[in-house]
Amino acid sequence: MSIYLDHNATAPLDVRVLETVHPWLTGVHGNPASVHRYGRAAHAALETARAQVAALVNAQPAQVVFTGGGTEADNLALKGLCSGAPTGRLLVGAMEHSAVLGPAAALAKLGWQVEYIPADGEGCYDLEALQKMSKQGQARLLSVMLANNETGAIQDVQTMATLAHEAGTILHCDAVQAAGKLPVDFAALGADLMTLSAHKLNGPRGVGALIMNRRVSLTPLVDGGGQEQGLRGGTENLAGIVGFGRAAELAKAELHERISHARAQRDRLETGLRDLPGLKIFAAGAERLPNTVQFGIPGLDGEWLVMELDKRGIAVSSGSACHSASGEPSHVLMAMGLDTATAKGALRVSFGAGNTGQDADAVCAALKEIVSTLGKRVAAVGW
Amino acid sequence: MTIYLDYAATTPLDPQVAERMAGCLTRDGLFANPASAHAPGRAARAAVEQARAQVAALVNATPQEIVFTSGATESDNLAIKGLAHFERGRGRHLITSRIEHKAVLDACKQLEKEGFEVTWLKPDSEGLIRPETIKAALREDTLLVSIMHANNELGTVNDIAAIGEQLKGHRARFHVDAAQSAGKIPLDLRAVNVDLMSFAAHKVYGPKGVGALYVRSQPRVNLEPLIHGGGHEGGLRSGTLPTHQIVGMGEAFRLARELLPQEAPRIHALRERLWRGLQHIEGVLLNGHSTQRLPGILNVSFPGVEGESLLYACEALAVSSGSACTAADQEPSYVLRALGRDDQLAGSSLRFSLGRYSTEAEVDQAVEIVTREYARLSTLAA
Repeated sequence: MSIYLDHNATAPLDVRVLETVHPWLTGVHGNPASVHRYGRAAHAALETARAQVAALVNAQPAQVVFTGGGTEADNLALKGLCSGAPTGRLLVGAMEHSAVLGPAAALAKLGWQVEYIPADGEGCYDLEALQKMSKQGQARLLSVMLANNETGAIQDVQTMATLAHEAGTILHCDAVQAAGKLPVDFAALGADLMTLSAHKLNGPRGVGALIMNRRVSLTPLVDGGGQEQGLRGGTENLAGIVGFGRAAELAKAELHERISHARAQRDRLETGLRDLPGLKIFAAGAERLPNTVQFGIPGLDGEWLVMELDKRGIAVSSGSACHSASGEPSHVLMAMGLDTATAKGALRVSFGAGNTGQDADAVCAALKEIVSTLGKRVAAVGW
Repeated sequence: MTIYLDYAATTPLDPQVAERMAGCLTRDGLFANPASAHAPGRAARAAVEQARAQVAALVNATPQEIVFTSGATESDNLAIKGLAHFERGRGRHLITSRIEHKAVLDACKQLEKEGFEVTWLKPDSEGLIRPETIKAALREDTLLVSIMHANNELGTVNDIAAIGEQLKGHRARFHVDAAQSAGKIPLDLRAVNVDLMSFAAHKVYGPKGVGALYVRSQPRVNLEPLIHGGGHEGGLRSGTLPTHQIVGMGEAFRLARELLPQEAPRIHALRERLWRGLQHIEGVLLNGHSTQRLPGILNVSFPGVEGESLLYACEALAVSSGSACTAADQEPSYVLRALGRDDQLAGSSLRFSLGRYSTEAEVDQAVEIVTREYARLSTLAA
């Protein structure tokens, strides 16, 4: 039986969510746009889910636009805001997910001036630097994440939103990793746009949402049919959306239990890891997601460690799953000023609902065994 | 119990598809991220690649030519805007028809706003796009021709092989929206000159929220992605792959390929039975070509009554007065108007669409209900 400790890459579907989704996977179901009774029932389910997702982040149901996932929602925020507008400045965090950096790079090709907000050594955005950048005049958009997917470092989005608004800049917050792991309040953060993803909070994959303040106007990425108030065409992924709604409802109801459960295991792992000489926890000085720890062991490659743990039935990652094949050092860790060798040593462990304290102990034991075997082998070869 | 005759709007999941999907969701299944390096990630990746091969097999493409998307609407947008944006330096002209699905129409309208020129071809009175009209509309700077395989409201099937022939020797690329036709009639991409083709899973007993775009590899078609990010799907469509959705689509396409030889004639016979029954009503008109059509779709005008009124009167039937995506508009169908039907006739039509679970008994009941309610409404109107 394998131990899954990669919940920041994707979390398994909660069985209670599957129970809610199941009726929508069997029998006849209408297209929510159809006027007959099947269509009307589908439409009602869609609106229930919209209210559940809104409630998770203290937003209004009308502010929720369902998309095909977090990546699409990030693209809709950035490109939707910029296409059709005269080119100008964009402020983007240097540690953002590729779903934000990708569209920012595409906009740069179209003439937008993209400026990256630097980070400090603890994985937090440099607020003084941002203040200087925002004083240089109005930017179209500031895009920053609420919690980093690799280190788990939580960003001071509220302060950044104030800085953005003082300069007349719209704030987009990628809250994909934070939602369901931290209390998230769209209104209190001062965000104008916020990205959510269902599968990071034990909902189904292939569905996400962009929460939007209605003062913001966006050009759709996907035209046709006029669904989602004209912002996202296409027959709705009803089972996915219903599942997202249920997952959001459960996350809201169980948030505090989930936080303490994850934190207890993560702290247990971190305590165990202290026995490994030289081990460095990244962003240790920052406030972090309760379930996440990213660290490095000097001299050991992160990708190699992932495969060694995999052989022992333990699933972790070196960083973002989207980059697992690239072999490049993490841009997040590089932005924090780490050297390439240290960044390439990164290993990320992310806990979730199904884990127990024994899982944390198993990772510790496996790492100690790998390090000691390696030490013996090195000694035997006489290096 | 309602009789479902709206398979062109969406289809129920085949139970076998639902079962495969359920195996890709929870902790005891293939739930991991297919981009992850560990064993659960690799198992999910293998399932995705099997599904890619299944989708490709239905239309005789290679797996590398299939890009998964969130549905046919996204596929249409990726094909049309993606090609126009990538090739914008080479031309500004596109050709499409007035009876495309909204996904194509709206993507083309957006391009018009961006400065592209679009030629909107008119179908003939039977709802077909004549290949020679394409040739006449081609310009030196035409980038793309987008013509649907089967029309969603009428069920008429365009001769995409003949249209493709017209484009040989021209640089314009050919996109075909096959959301309605895939799995309903045979499709062989090696036998036609098509560069891009859109597919939906939920029209063939697969899940909603997943689709695919065929992107021809030889000669290679280049597209600017709609969604940038982690570089999934060969960089054409970023975002974590929804394994259960993709596996569901693969299974649905596999089943469609297996069942098509028996299913198409069976559904065709049911449609003929439905038409024979409805023909007894005086004055009814069949919309669209009488033979060059999908097995499952029948579009009929009922002169003198409003389609919406008939729809509500036939409460026991789930049918539609046109495309589900335009159901809320209350406007007469733009497809029927493009065929030259006046607003009144266009507004008095119903689309019946049959599928895998339709039966003769359902068809007979539908005929009875429509005949009765039409007579009642006609009397009221008189």
